[in-house]
Amino acid sequence: MSNSLLKSQQNSRFIVSVILAVFGFIMILPFLWMFLSSFKTNAEIVQNTRSFFPKQWTLENYRNLFHSGFTLYLRNTLIITFFSFVGMLFNAMAGYGFAKFKFKGRGVLFIMVLATMMIPGQVTMIPVYLILNQMHLTNTLTGIILPGLVGAFSIFLFRQFISNISDSILEAARLDGASEWYMFWHIILPISKPVLAVQGILTFIGGWNAFLWPLILANDEKYYTLSVGLQLLQGQHTTDYGIQMAGSSFMVIPIIIIFVIFQKYILQGFNIQGDK
Amino acid sequence: MKNNLMKKLMPYTFIFPALLLLILFSIIPIIISLVISFTNLDITGLGNWGAVKFIGLSNFINLFHDSLFLQAVGNTLFYVVIGVPAVIALSLAIAIMINFGQNRFFKLMRLVFYTPSITNTVAVAVVWTFMYNPSTGLINNILNQIGLGSVGWLTDQNVAKIALIILAVWKAIGLNMLIFLAALQGIPKDFYEAAELDGASWWQQTIHITIPSLKFSIFFVSVTTLIGWFQFFDEPFVMTKGGPLGSTNSVALFVYQNGFQQSNFGYAASASFVMFAAIILATLIQFKLQNKQQNG
Repeated sequence: MSNSLLKSQQNSRFIVSVILAVFGFIMILPFLWMFLSSFKTNAEIVQNTRSFFPKQWTLENYRNLFHSGFTLYLRNTLIITFFSFVGMLFNAMAGYGFAKFKFKGRGVLFIMVLATMMIPGQVTMIPVYLILNQMHLTNTLTGIILPGLVGAFSIFLFRQFISNISDSILEAARLDGASEWYMFWHIILPISKPVLAVQGILTFIGGWNAFLWPLILANDEKYYTLSVGLQLLQGQHTTDYGIQMAGSSFMVIPIIIIFVIFQKYILQGFNIQGDK
Repeated sequence: MKNNLMKKLMPYTFIFPALLLLILFSIIPIIISLVISFTNLDITGLGNWGAVKFIGLSNFINLFHDSLFLQAVGNTLFYVVIGVPAVIALSLAIAIMINFGQNRFFKLMRLVFYTPSITNTVAVAVVWTFMYNPSTGLINNILNQIGLGSVGWLTDQNVAKIALIILAVWKAIGLNMLIFLAALQGIPKDFYEAAELDGASWWQQTIHITIPSLKFSIFFVSVTTLIGWFQFFDEPFVMTKGGPLGSTNSVALFVYQNGFQQSNFGYAASASFVMFAAIILATLIQFKLQNKQQNG
């Protein structure tokens, strides 16, 4: 490569870096603003001092937050998150079933699973509510957990991954007298670690962010999740932005930390072109 | 004999829990939804099924005479027409820029642009509501400091839709950027080397090599993004409740309001089916265009 060409490439790389840095700063600006504002006194916010950093740091907003029921919402959210991992296990089981067994109706059932991905949430929202109402599960945690427990996309990803596991390992185990369940726990799941990592993180994020079903089904503050609680907080403390920002930080920062720790698994998981 | 039967049933035990839940909460609901969209089911019908009557196409006919519904349809089309191209163009541009380098800076940028995608919509909407605040919000503060006037981001009927789109685009860039980035890294390097030998500029390479190689990803992103914008719900729900004066109301929010706030279940179900039909139609058109492009 000629010298001038290399130089022009370096130049354009520098320009691209500058554009990215500026744009990137704008992307994270809302998070910085949220986090810093959560330490401002409400007086400072209302006075509109126009300073980006708090003049006087305070933890008052966080204290108020936990006095307004956030501990309860946190508990509910953690319960829902825990059960969404049970849902992930169901997805993995179904993925194994579709990947490694031949049985009557497999094709039809798998297409049916995929078809559910196309159904918009708003179409099923009302009937699901009516079904849960008939089952007397409205205003219960069970009702909130059930509708989102399994997901077709996750089943699909597990199936794709597990069908690439070689059959000879399974045959060898079968000859040794291992049961199908033993193989699922001791062979399939350990090999599926990469896909379990991605799905695990996405499951955690999904559970942590649960909003629509708790909103529709919980008539009682007892069953509110963090998202619903935050939305309620916004309605009750319309002008108290300090506590709102503390609540938002409390929801957003843990997710960002988890994401930064596990990012290498997530960022790899999005190749839709190329390999099957 | 018994053993044989067990063996035959074994696969079903693995798929049973997931399948049962999908049937109960996806397949059966879509059938119920279709049925009740032809009925007058509301809160009284819920307690007394005898009061529920089939009313033919009345719900659908009423919808198209309902000015609130028509307004929601118009708003949703606005979201789709502005939002879809904005998401595709920005996430593609950022993916191409991030693909320029492999060092730590570019890796960090990948992280920065992806972060909004994973965060909670409610939390983020609360933060943006604060940023959009006319007097104490960050955005108007910056505008005032550089000598521009304040904007009523969420209070002005003409601006509110745009304000919601900005937030939703900000949140949607990350995921789609990753899809483009994965595809970009799959383009063979020798394509570019050959073009370089022919003296093609960076811009020509982008137009003639990069974009055509990404055809499938662009198609995938445009289909999924379009479906997403048709169901636009969280942002208007948390930030504006569809206001001011219904100017940000979407069809999805219309379904929620009629179903769960006014308990007109039948009417809401028919509105959700209109939305479903629009999504299917738009997706079919996209597949047709994609096929035409490939054959032509």
